[in-house]
Amino acid sequence: MDTQIDQSGVDRGGPAQPLLTLEGLQKHFPIKGGLMGRTVATVRAVDGVTFTVQKGETLGIVGESGCGKSTTARLLMRLMPPDTGTMIFDGESVGEGNAGGIALRDYRRQVQMVFQDSYASLNPRLPIEDSIAFAPKVHGLSDAEARTRARDLLAAVGLAPQSFARRYPHELSGGQRQRVNIARALALRPRLVILDEPVSALDKSVEAQVLNLLVELKAQFGLTYVFISHDLNVVQFISDRVLVMYLGEVAEIGPVDAIYDRPAHPYTRALLASRPSMDPAKRRTEPPLTGDPPNPVNPPSGCRFRTRCTLAEDVCAAKKPLMADLGGGHLAACHIASPGSGHSKAGVMA
Amino acid sequence: MSAALKMDTPAPLMRLKDVHVTFRTRDRTVHAVNGVDMELAQGEVLCILGESGSGKSVTLRALMRLLPKFAQVSGGVEVAGRDVMAMNEKELSHYRGGDVSMIFQEPMTAMDPVFTIGRQIAEVVQRHEGVSRSVADARALELLELVQIPSAKRRLAAYPHELSGGLRQRAMIAVALACRPKLLLADEPTTALDATVQIQVLLLLRELQQKMGMGVIFVTHDLGVAGEIADRVAVMYAGKVVEEGPVASFMAGPAHPYPRGLLNSTVHGNMRGKILTTIPGAPPSLSTKPVNCSFAPRCTMAEQACLDAIPPMVELGGGRRARCIKLG
Repeated sequence: MDTQIDQSGVDRGGPAQPLLTLEGLQKHFPIKGGLMGRTVATVRAVDGVTFTVQKGETLGIVGESGCGKSTTARLLMRLMPPDTGTMIFDGESVGEGNAGGIALRDYRRQVQMVFQDSYASLNPRLPIEDSIAFAPKVHGLSDAEARTRARDLLAAVGLAPQSFARRYPHELSGGQRQRVNIARALALRPRLVILDEPVSALDKSVEAQVLNLLVELKAQFGLTYVFISHDLNVVQFISDRVLVMYLGEVAEIGPVDAIYDRPAHPYTRALLASRPSMDPAKRRTEPPLTGDPPNPVNPPSGCRFRTRCTLAEDVCAAKKPLMADLGGGHLAACHIASPGSGHSKAGVMA
Repeated sequence: MSAALKMDTPAPLMRLKDVHVTFRTRDRTVHAVNGVDMELAQGEVLCILGESGSGKSVTLRALMRLLPKFAQVSGGVEVAGRDVMAMNEKELSHYRGGDVSMIFQEPMTAMDPVFTIGRQIAEVVQRHEGVSRSVADARALELLELVQIPSAKRRLAAYPHELSGGLRQRAMIAVALACRPKLLLADEPTTALDATVQIQVLLLLRELQQKMGMGVIFVTHDLGVAGEIADRVAVMYAGKVVEEGPVASFMAGPAHPYPRGLLNSTVHGNMRGKILTTIPGAPPSLSTKPVNCSFAPRCTMAEQACLDAIPPMVELGGGRRARCIKLG
């Protein structure tokens, strides 16, 4: 019986086919106002995002608040539909069960999510074992089978089932609750797990425990991760590839070493330079960026970063930068990185 | 001779002596702070480092006498030569905002949503200095310029919700600095901010601290933040200071096993592919008063003697000390 629920999770397209392909994903939120409740403005939360998630990799997504990384996570999970854009999961179009694609119910079995707030994302009235067993039961496992699976998963995330299974969320520490959330995300044997700031609310010593656990589980269950965080150190630790978002758009994407050692976008460089140094002898004297990220309601024309960029020229306001290919899967949306863009430094710094 | 001695060791700006804080409710008792001794020199920046539940924020609130009525506070709190524990309500209201002020993690909840930020700054000035409204308003503008808020004049009329997180935090710093306090208490003021904004606010605080020569106690859980701003670091665990010392020598190598574990388990630089060092277990519940080393159950070096008594502070030279019997 146990195999029945897993059958849809087998690899279809082989290792070379991306697990998830997103093309031109867009989500705008209208702001209603006035007497007639008309749309007075639009929050362009995710504005034409294209990327792939390869099988077995960890893709880190970084960016500041309001850059659209959590909206992207919710779109990936299909907690809301995108306005436009396509999502292809291992060769099948998501949400088109009838037209030869994959139905949402099957998609969500294979794609699961862990949220930042470990307490709010668990039902306070259910013992954690029941929370974990809930989804497998919905998807057709018997009560006893689901319970066995829940206990196995509790053991896998380092919570001894005999002492933890019947506890309620409020009886656990933050780190333990996050382990429960991870176990619950794995209960349907997903192939892709979306982790939205999973360690941001945890203390440093517990954060390290949970990060080690995530690395371990990924190998054990053959998972693919999308790891969303604002902590650049954590993203560097866990990711194979990194995507940098700014105001709803992809600023730069590439292998983790390329992004951290040779960042091509001025925003990525500023973000990396903003990390506090652990060495008091190397204190910053100048902030790498001034001001806060602008409001995604009225993003600047052309390159959205130009208002905070020290290298901005006229071309940056006039033209939206294209994704410049820097080789090895490293792409950056900056005029400077693409020769012939009209920026005076184009091609020089890349 | 005595005058020279006095020059060498000026009276500290702040001194905590054996401070205990216990929260007692009908359901449970929490021993949040269990004997904290701490000193801060004039113009010094001290970072209190610790994880949640270590007692760092409660210590800060004890300094401000901001704890609720059911908290039992004992010990000595002295700021600028005055006994804070002996102050009555009237003295306290001069003390808070006048001698000492505080900034919080979440400026949205710390500021009043129905008044403009200009009004909130001017109110502090009027109340403490008894000046007219127009003088206070002028000071509010100066203060917004001091904390480098762009188009300050226009921002005076803004409500807190109209500002971005970084500007709100700057506005709260302006409120706190309105009466040129001698001591600024900062409770994780940059934790809720984005990285690019956090570094701006840290640099601003350091600049203002030097310009105004005030002492700062900065509570944080982030070692990187301490590395950017602290002169000296005090690490708290289970309501006690377990190590303190100058920031440079501390960052180069903590002496106590707890901060050593904390430093090792903090992800920094390129640690990809490595298994992170962790501190096993979780902090104690603090429902009973510690009678021995609270860190012993999680410590790999623990032995029987650690469980027999509270370890004393061991002086390590160079202004460093740590509470571990292994260092004796």
